Amino acid sequence: MLISIASGKGGTGKTALALLLAIVHGPITLLDCDVEEPNCHLFLNPEWQNPSQKVTVTIPYVNLPLCNRCGVCATACLFNALVVSTESILLFDELCHSCHGCILACPKDAITEESKVIGNLIQGVSKNHPHITLVNGTLKVGTPSAVPLIKKIRKDYARPIGDILLDCPPGTACSMVAAVKDNDFCILVAEPNPFGKHDLELAMKITQMLNVPTGVVINKGDSGIGDQSIKALCENRNIPILGIIPHSLSFAKQYATGQIPDEFKHIACTIWENLAKQRSLVQ
Amino acid sequence: MKIAITAHGSDCHATVDTRFGRSNYFVLYNQDEKSWNFLPNTPSCEAAHGAGINSGQILANDGVKILITGYVGPKAFRVLQAQKIDMYSLGEITGSVEEALEAYLSGQLKTINSPNALDLKNK
Repeated sequence: MLISIASGKGGTGKTALALLLAIVHGPITLLDCDVEEPNCHLFLNPEWQNPSQKVTVTIPYVNLPLCNRCGVCATACLFNALVVSTESILLFDELCHSCHGCILACPKDAITEESKVIGNLIQGVSKNHPHITLVNGTLKVGTPSAVPLIKKIRKDYARPIGDILLDCPPGTACSMVAAVKDNDFCILVAEPNPFGKHDLELAMKITQMLNVPTGVVINKGDSGIGDQSIKALCENRNIPILGIIPHSLSFAKQYATGQIPDEFKHIACTIWENLAKQRSLVQ
Repeated sequence: MKIAITAHGSDCHATVDTRFGRSNYFVLYNQDEKSWNFLPNTPSCEAAHGAGINSGQILANDGVKILITGYVGPKAFRVLQAQKIDMYSLGEITGSVEEALEAYLSGQLKTINSPNALDLKNK
């Protein structure tokens, strides 16, 4: 079962929940798809198994002697990545979506493709929790889209055997969609405040559009500053609340030093049980 | 020589727009014929990315040689430079397109020699 842990708002506790769920489970793979700032490895201290694998995308390469500057490629490009001037072709590779449209459109066959490295991925087994295998994707700084890297992680490691947890990037943009799409289940982590509610609602819309069964975990759910808005929203949308993690300063202190506290292990177990129930409902 | 001025409207009385990539219109002045014309910049305004690049291409396709605008980003600058379009800064001018043209013709406008869109952020 491929289970993603996402949120609308950032910093609600996706990674904390992913780690909690992983440590109370049997052998499990955790995919850190928050590739702009992966951090699961800081807690799991993995022994990396192999040299990291470079992840590339293709970008056009214009063979200038064959090109007659007709401009068909620039017109075909939906992302404004190509500009034709009388002397040369300008490529803005950061805007290229690797769609190959320019290659198909060129009447002179002057465009071929070349690779561009956008990041790397690496796999390892946790030294302090040996039942957890971690896959870590790291996006190269300055690369605007994380989508190809997330797709590559999923293609190579999200095999349909056993349970796999997927730590998503925050927000509801393309990278989150790439991570959540075609999952068996998505857990949305939310904070009980107006910001949390607003962004959770956006995330719920995405999982609904993607047709991915969804449950919610409320983080800091007992705190005096929080409100009842998340509960009301879940009830309204008929989305189950899988668990509520209380606010805890001691948890935060241990977590900040790179430890996964034992404090809420029992809640993680309950969330797994609730997930199993949801799964049987879905099937 | 064709001169383009970024503007909020389509004629010479329109207010200048300091943005290049997402300005609503390019008001055009043909120095040889002494005539006004305009180009709507709708495709660039609606583009998710690469508005400046697209705007540069629109001007080049129309044979514009001189651009008067406020701020040019790094990508747009590369395009305008490759298309050999000279860039002039509106400076303190916030009035009409006609006013900006007069300032240019009387040599009051400074050239934009490097991408200056970041200057806007620091303002």
